[in-house]
Formats: sequence, structure tokens, C-alpha cells
Amino acid sequence: MLTFALAGNPNSGKTTLFNALTGSTAHVGNWPGVTVDKRVGTYKKGEQPVEIVDLPGIYSLSPYTPEEVIARNFVLNEKPDCIINIVDATNLERNLYLTTQLMELDIPMIVALNMTDVLDARGDTIDVRTLEKRIGFSVVEISALKETNVDELMKKALIAVKTPRVGSTVLKDSLLGSAIANAEIALKLKGVNAPLFHAVKLVEKDEIEVATHPAEASAVEAFIEENVCTEKHCACDTEAEIADARYKYITAHFSSTLTRARKHSYDELSKSDKVDKVLTHKWAGIPIFLVILFAIFHVTFSENFLYLGSMIPAFGEWCGAESESVWKGIFFAGGLNSPGVILFNALDWLTGKIGEGLALGLEGLNANPAVIGLVCDGVWGGIASVLSFLPQILVLFLMFSILEDSGYMARVAFMLDRIFRRFGVSGRAFMPMIMGFGCSVPAMINTRTMVDEKEREATVRVIPFFSCGAKMPILLAVAGAIVQAFGVGNADVITYSMYVLGVATALLSLLVMRNTTKRGEVSPFIMELPIYHMPGFKNLMLHLWDKAKHFIHKAFTIILASCIVIWFLSNFTWDWSFVGEDGMDTSILASIGKLIQPIFTPLGFGSQLGENGWVFAVAAITGLIAKEDVIATFGTLALSLGAVLTETQLEGGVDQVAFLIQATNATVPALIAFIAFNMLTIPCFAAVATAKGEIGEGKFKWTLLFWIVVSFLVSSMVYTIGEWAWTAAIWAVAVAAVTVGIALYNKVMDKKERALLKK
Amino acid sequence: MSLLSDLKVGEKGKVVAVRGEGAIRRRLFDMGITPGAEVYLRKKAPLGDPIEIAIRGYELTLRKSEAAQVEIQMY
Repeated sequence: MLTFALAGNPNSGKTTLFNALTGSTAHVGNWPGVTVDKRVGTYKKGEQPVEIVDLPGIYSLSPYTPEEVIARNFVLNEKPDCIINIVDATNLERNLYLTTQLMELDIPMIVALNMTDVLDARGDTIDVRTLEKRIGFSVVEISALKETNVDELMKKALIAVKTPRVGSTVLKDSLLGSAIANAEIALKLKGVNAPLFHAVKLVEKDEIEVATHPAEASAVEAFIEENVCTEKHCACDTEAEIADARYKYITAHFSSTLTRARKHSYDELSKSDKVDKVLTHKWAGIPIFLVILFAIFHVTFSENFLYLGSMIPAFGEWCGAESESVWKGIFFAGGLNSPGVILFNALDWLTGKIGEGLALGLEGLNANPAVIGLVCDGVWGGIASVLSFLPQILVLFLMFSILEDSGYMARVAFMLDRIFRRFGVSGRAFMPMIMGFGCSVPAMINTRTMVDEKEREATVRVIPFFSCGAKMPILLAVAGAIVQAFGVGNADVITYSMYVLGVATALLSLLVMRNTTKRGEVSPFIMELPIYHMPGFKNLMLHLWDKAKHFIHKAFTIILASCIVIWFLSNFTWDWSFVGEDGMDTSILASIGKLIQPIFTPLGFGSQLGENGWVFAVAAITGLIAKEDVIATFGTLALSLGAVLTETQLEGGVDQVAFLIQATNATVPALIAFIAFNMLTIPCFAAVATAKGEIGEGKFKWTLLFWIVVSFLVSSMVYTIGEWAWTAAIWAVAVAAVTVGIALYNKVMDKKERALLKK
Repeated sequence: MSLLSDLKVGEKGKVVAVRGEGAIRRRLFDMGITPGAEVYLRKKAPLGDPIEIAIRGYELTLRKSEAAQVEIQMY
């Protein structure tokens, strides 16, 4: 099968084009050698199927960022049959800069000129035929979003593949043209593939290239000093010369094909600029961001949507009143439910009905009680409690996707960079962190956009503290149970403050790491601010479907397996006899739980909870498999401990936890500490595996230790201060001592570094 | 000689040279900050830093410390 690589700048519509070409056939695979996610799909609408590889979005093929190196290695080593270079027509100059580098490869190439519809709307025109002639290969106008001309693009690409292509360069007539030509000859003689590309990089003094061909590199340098440099102008700064020459050529020959309808003026504000004036306003910008963040959580979790129930007391009372109606339960609780909660309730009702049906069916067949228990409680009970949170996770994903696609996320990084820099990371770290609210796995992979290794490692470590979608059930169920069992507070506020605690812990850990084990300067922050645009519906849905698939897959594999194991451990004793729900305290799981229970005593959910307290220990352990398991475990354990729950109470994890609170007499601080522990400790298997891949084997064990230490420290602090307020004084002294210690350490280290520099 | 970091909101200039070395400098080049390019300071972030410039028809944000590597000629 032919392989086409999709290359282009970030924000050029690459992913949209990829989706348009491959439909839903995309799957995530691994790069050869490096563990970077690449997306591969198949184009099936042409005469023959074509494999489409989506390269990371890049601005250049420089050797400095991991993504650029990945893209570079792919086009050099995997030799795709054709490169489809997607170019944003509204941003011609900068996009063509990458084109001038790609065309130096000996690979057939074609330019997909995207967003020409936006250009048309502005009244600007590009003389495509002239551009095509000057560039030397086909240029096809497309709109990836509207999917116009996409098949035409592929047709032209299939034609381009038929004739082999030798690289061409725009630098031929530049100052360094002769040096490049000589280097090309030398490399060709050496038998190097893509000699022109390597020659240009060699002249540029590219780190990777100089290391591979040291002899040629010094020859090139000597040549330039002797033949190119004049008294008036030294061309030894080849990196600058080449970048300059590329842009000069683009301005003179390529972007001159663009005719603007009106003369551009900076004072003239586009729609995007006007939106930006408000959203990044000097005073209002950050408050607006906080409000948006709160609104997202409100739409996802609130049982009092828009505070209608509070504003109209009669409505609130009606909502709170008991009712036999299923519909009322789904749509109204303390007021009108938010869309996230409505979806949650609806799915929960459905899974509850299926569970009942299963039980009735099995009883009708006179099945063994162990089998009924396994199917209804072990298997279905576990899956149902996990699946029930899927709607809210998806609503949250949807919101973040909208923010990201619209271009707002980049502005948030712009506004917050100054703050993040204080904690030792650039504003860029913000994106992976906020993605962590969805899922740690893609978030950790996203840290690859960060240039500095130490900064990246530190960020990977704190990403799990940004409570992910799978930890949300723990927050919701425990917070809901606290409100139900103690009648204090409000689940919204508890949930929100737990998220804040996670963020605060992350920032503090960053600060500590960047001043101790991961010392270093903050990496640069040079980033494009894309034009605001409406996110494409199809892309959003594809994105959501991707997440849903991943989550459901996890639910039916790893979580299902662990649910069965836990059900087995909790229903059987060490001598393999079935004890069922009544003999729970003699089960295998109970004895394991009781054994490890004491280590959680400083956190408030250890020995002080008495004979049933081990349920919290067991739940925390199962959380290591997948965080969804914590509440699933609670569900199984509550039923086995003899929770008699009515039909409506079985819906959702809240009542199970409330039952366990009664059974163990857990206090509010202990429960909060339990949430904190689960939020901050070692994340799920998938995230642990990703972190290991990103950080590397050697440093990984320290990361595991870091998670354990942080979770124990913060949770015990939460518990002790919550239980006995005066202990805050002890914690304050300890924190002050550590701060002074770190400051002193840094002073010493700074002195040492300065001394080294002087040498 | 002025620096890009000295520009005030609404002021324009022409890039003369980019100082420094390594990754940051290359990144500035790759993003189109090369001699002769026209820059316009669009705005500053709410906390005063980073800054947003218009260059080569698009919007770019960078920190003041990075902008201080760019020598410009004010119009």
C-alpha cells in the first residue's frame, strides 16, 4: 500500500484534513523506535487504498524540539511515497517556510492550500497557477473543514507519486548556494540518501547533521570562511543566513502571488482581534477565564443548573420533593439538573434496569447463588458504576475540546505564562496540565511540546494531580455521600475545592522540584496565537468518540477483569469456600485489607475506622489498577457488607459510600483525606505506563516514590488539620523549615554554578 | 538601536538582527523574526509579560526576555 505523510504547521488544519481523508478509520499507533503516538488511517475513496500518516505539527525541521526530530526522522527513514504539505492560505509566508525545507527532500510532494474559503471571504486572492509554477509541484486549493476538493487533492497526489522527484531548494542563488552545492556533491559521493536535504542542514550547522558527518562539516565551514565571507559581510552565522534567505525568497516569489483586497492596517481590528480584546483584557482576562472554568464544571456536575432551584424557591422545593416518576429523578434534584447530570442519571437508570433484568433472569433459571452474585454484583455492578460516569467525562472532554479548537487555550497560556514561570515552568506546561483534567495519558504525551527535559519530567509527574475524568467518580460519590450522610456543605463546593487542592499541590510540587531535583532555567515561550474560529462539529464528535471508545474499552477489559478478581476475593475465603455476602469479614480481601489498614491511620481512614475500616484500604489499592475501580469496589463491598439499598439508591455510587460511612463511622476530614489520597497517589496502570515511557526507566522509580510521598503528606495534612485545627501550626512550622532549607540549598548551588561558569 | 522588548503597544519596527544562540534564536528565526520583517506590538498579557506581536501576517507571543534578543529599528 502507498504511504502518504501529512506535514504542516500546527493549526493549519492538518488534523481536520486527516479526519476528512480517513473518516473513522484512524487508529493510534507507535512510532518506530520512539514511543510517540502517531495517527495512521486509510484513504479508501480513490482507485487504491492509501495509508495516511499524520505527522506532528511543526514549524521547521530544526533539531531542537522532539516533534521536529520525530517528523524529520519519519520523512528521512520511513520514506513516504508522497508528502502532502498542508499550507494555511491565510498565513502563507510562515507556512511556506516549512515547505521550502520539505521540498529539499527527494520525495514527491504536493501542497494542499487550506482555508482558501476564509481568504475568499476576506476578498483576498492567491494566483495558484503562478504559485504552482514557481514552487515546482502541484498546489491544490482545499477546505479541510468543508471537505471541498479533498478527493481532487488525492488524485493529484497519486499522479505525483508516479514520477520520482529530486529535491529542489530556494537557496540555490543565495549567498550560501555554492557551499550547499559543494556539500551536496560530497554527500552524494559518500552515498548519502537525500543529499540536498542533508547538505543544507550541514551548512546550517545543524547539531544532528554535524554529528553524523563531522569531516564534511569542517570542510564546509572552511569553504564558507574562505569563499563566501567578505570583509563587508561574514556569512559564518549560517543558521541566520539560511532562515533569512528562505524568508526573503518566499516574500519575493511565493507570497507575492497573494493579492489583498484592501491594504492591511494594524489598527484595523478583525473579528478575532475584537474577541481577543475582551478575552485577554488587561483586567477582565483572568477573571473571565476563571468564570469559564467554573461554568464548565457547573454544566458538567451541578444538580442546581443556573441556580434555578435557589432563585425560584417554589421550583426548588418541587424538585427536592420525593416522586415516583423516573423522569423527575433524572431531570430534577435540588433544581434543574445540568446536562452532565441529566445524562448521568439517564444512563444510570438504564444500567440499573439491565441489572435487575439479569438478576430476574438468572433467578428464573435457578442458577447457583455464587453465579448470580458473580454476574450481577461482580461483573455487571462493576461495569455499571464505571460506565455511569462516561456521560460526564464526555461532557467535560467536549468543553475542553471546544476551548482548544477555538484557539482560546493558547490565549490562556499567554495570560498565565507569567504566573507559571514563577513555579518554574513555561505557559506551555499549562496545556498538558489542563488536559490532565480529562485524562493523564494524552496529557503526558502532550508534554512533548515542552523543550526543556527537566521541565517536562517535572510536568509529567504533576499531571496526575490534575484530577482526571476517571477520578471524578471518586470525587462525586464521596462528596455526594458526605453531603448525604452529614448534611453539611454542598457537593459542588467540595468537588471544586478538591480540584483546587490538586492544582495547588501540583504547583507547589513543581516549585519544589524546580528548585531541588529538577533545577534549571524556564524554557522559552514563543508561540503562535491562532485566529479564533468556530470548532468543527465533526471533529469534535470524532474526538469525543475516540475518548468514549478508549474509556469503554478500558471498562470492559482491565476494569472488568479487576472487578471479577475483587468480587472473587471478597466472596471466597483462603480455603476457597464461597462465603457470599454474609461472610464478607472472613474473605481473602478482608484479610488483605486488614493487614494494610494501619498504614492509612495517619490519613484518617486506617485503624481508627474499626472492623469495617479495611474497605477504604482495599478501595485505595484497587484504584492502582484504574481509578474507576475505587467506586466500583465500594459498590461491591457495600452490597457484600449487607447494604440494603432500594432500587433508586442503587443508582450511582453515592449511596454505597454513604452506607460505608455509617458502617465505619468515618469522619468528614478522613473522607476528604481519602479523596485527596486517591487524587495524588500513583495513578492508574495506563498513566503509570505512559509516564514510564515519557520519563524513561531510570528516573521512573523516583517518580513512583514522589507520588507516594506527596499523597501521604498532603492527605495526612488534610486529615490532621481537619480533625484538630491546632495541628495547622505544626504543619506551618514544617513548611517554613523546608522552605528555608530549599532557599539555602539554592543559594549554595547558585554560588557553585557561578564558580563553574567563571572557570 | 532599540529592542523588540522596548516597543510600546501600537508601535511598529523593522527587525535588524537577532542576538543570542541555540534553540531560542533558531525558534525566533523559524517563526519569521528575520532581518527586514516588520513587527507591530499588538498587546501585552494581563500581567504585562509576555507580549503579542503581529509579524508576517500572523500573531505571535513571546516573553519580554526573548524579545530583548531582537534588535529593531523603530519607525
